[in-house]
Amino acid sequence: MGNHILDIRDLYVWYRTYEGYSKVLDGVDFNVNKGEKVGLVGEAGCGKTTTMRSVLGILPEGQFHIPKGEILYHGENILKMKPQELHKIRSEGMSMIFQEPSAALNPVFTIGSQIFDVIKYSGEGNSAGSRSKNKEKIREKAIQAIREVYIPDPERILECYPNQLSGGMKQRICIAMAIVTERELLIADEPGTSLDVTIQDQVHRLLRDLVDKKGMSLVMITHSLGVAREMTDRIYVMYAGNIVEIADTKELFANPLHPYTLGLLASVPKLTGGGVTEGIYGQIPDYLNPPKGCRFYPRCDRADHSCQQEKPPLRDMGDGHYTACFKV
Amino acid sequence: MNKLHRYFLKRLFYSIFVLIGLSIVIFVIARVVPGDPARMALGPRAPQFAVDALREEMHLNNNLPTQYFYWVKGVATGDLGKSLVTKRNVTEDIKEFLPATLELVALSAVFVIMFSILFGALAARHKDKWIDSLIRVMAYTGVAMPSFVLAVLFLLFFGYIWPVIPVLGRLSAGLYAPPTFTGLYTIDSLLVGDLEVFWDALKHLLLPALALAVGPLFQEARIVRSSMTDNMTKDYLASAVAFGMPDRVVMGKYLLKPSMIPAVSVMGLDIAAMMGNAFLVEVIFNWPGISRFGMEAMLHKDLNAISAVIVVFGLIFVLVNILVDLIVAYLDPRIRLGGGV
Ligand SMILES: Nc1ncnc2c1ncn2[C@@H]1O[C@H](COP(=O)(O)OP(=O)(O)OP(=O)(O)O)[C@@H](O)[C@H]1O
Ligand SMILES: [Mg+2]
Repeated sequence: MGNHILDIRDLYVWYRTYEGYSKVLDGVDFNVNKGEKVGLVGEAGCGKTTTMRSVLGILPEGQFHIPKGEILYHGENILKMKPQELHKIRSEGMSMIFQEPSAALNPVFTIGSQIFDVIKYSGEGNSAGSRSKNKEKIREKAIQAIREVYIPDPERILECYPNQLSGGMKQRICIAMAIVTERELLIADEPGTSLDVTIQDQVHRLLRDLVDKKGMSLVMITHSLGVAREMTDRIYVMYAGNIVEIADTKELFANPLHPYTLGLLASVPKLTGGGVTEGIYGQIPDYLNPPKGCRFYPRCDRADHSCQQEKPPLRDMGDGHYTACFKV
Repeated sequence: MNKLHRYFLKRLFYSIFVLIGLSIVIFVIARVVPGDPARMALGPRAPQFAVDALREEMHLNNNLPTQYFYWVKGVATGDLGKSLVTKRNVTEDIKEFLPATLELVALSAVFVIMFSILFGALAARHKDKWIDSLIRVMAYTGVAMPSFVLAVLFLLFFGYIWPVIPVLGRLSAGLYAPPTFTGLYTIDSLLVGDLEVFWDALKHLLLPALALAVGPLFQEARIVRSSMTDNMTKDYLASAVAFGMPDRVVMGKYLLKPSMIPAVSVMGLDIAAMMGNAFLVEVIFNWPGISRFGMEAMLHKDLNAISAVIVVFGLIFVLVNILVDLIVAYLDPRIRLGGGV
């Protein structure tokens, strides 16, 4: 398919730990089409953030190893790019909203200073014209972005430091930074998780509206299928570093196939819950010594001998619905 | 800002008590150690009546609180008493010796600040690469080597083997000290536009300042490195990288400023401590500084000189601490704007 913006193919990411390699991502396939809103859903620790950090090349330096895989951005492999090319994608192509807004903003610089830098280094700041005029333009842009995320009194906000703002405001600022310059792909890493429920809802709605208005593509990371249902066109369900099911959002809810997805769905009514509490027992496997076959079999009530022996591949079930399970 | 002002007023207020406490402690210590200062001042062959007269003049026959009262009364009027050794008012001695040490420590401080940031940032940037290892080895050597050993090495090397930099005193023979404004030769010579003296004074400063700086410099470099590597894993840094900001902005702005906060406090204390630690370096380089003066005062039980030097050191310590707090507050808005104080 030619219209993938982002196409992750068979990606393996391991972390170096004292006890050996923690084999987190285990052959991830993931793609985003132009204008599409895609969900990446799975419980805590399944590798969602790891996947998207590898896309932007911001995995912790020296602590990871990528034995295999490709991350194609408009067909070009990000993992093999020269620094300048990667730089261009980061400053003009994609932006990311981090899971924890308090951690994503630098505590010792004003909001203004940080937004200005995003604009300045995106290539949109340095058009022709005098320096002061340029500065004025950057400031205008920043103020406009803060208005767009519905924070009153943008002029004052520019002078504030992160610790003077509430969690919800900080997350809005992070959103403003991600959309202040034109980008085609927005990666949102559980942008509501650290906020309380009503604010979480507002942030999600805001994000969806902005993405629609600007015609951006969206990767929405969440541990809640309920959130994904409201926000996305297509969903990837991830379990322990594997994509276990892919389907259009409507199709997934109408016809869920993978036992893990079914377990997740059982926990949907509890939209606010932190993770999977009903439907599935046990926890994510140890990445140092992951199960040899299907990584889900220790928690799966359908598992049998074959599941322990071999890893189930993603199978096409028709209509763009894929699942990785021998028992479906 | 109001909160910050109040905070500093409070600090200033406490500082006064710190200084009073310090002066009492040192006053008592100086007086309870054995040996009669009057006898030491006049020498073993002086007649007893002269010694008695001096004891009376110095109020040594009064009880301690009374002695302290006389001393404080003097200090309040700018009279620190007479030195038994130089036979001058201690105020004169301080005026003469303090600027030499201030100049020395100031240049050392410049070295410490510049090179600790440079080495720390380099090591952090190239963490676990050979540059990091090299700086680590340099740091262990630098921290382990006492400044006086380094001073002796410099003296041997530049005094005998490769005499390109002067090793003794503040100025070469044949040059005259510039007129006194600040007492710092480099600054005073610049003020009157005498570049020859400036250059000569600077060259004389170089080795003692370096000897004094090396230890703290590498200690601070380690702190800068560790706080930088800590902060490198923070999301806000990943975020700056992910927004496509150039390396120089990510490292030089988003990483450097927060990483300096823990380093600045330690740096301030270390720089203030150099005032006292300068003693052996001053002796070796024949540097007429207050640290050497203070040590000699101790050896001669020169009571007024001891008290004066200690109080001056205390004052400098207090001032540096307040300065450090100001810098930290400038760097860290969490402190400046409340929440942290
Ligand atoms: N630097 C690291 N070194 C070692 N292991 C790591 C490192 N970073 C993450 N991991 C591990 O990788 C796994 C996946 O982490 P990741 O943050 O990608 O999960 P996630 O799906 O985003 O979870 P959450 O919902 O909690 O954010 C976790 O088990 C985590 O402990
Ligand atoms: Mg995460």
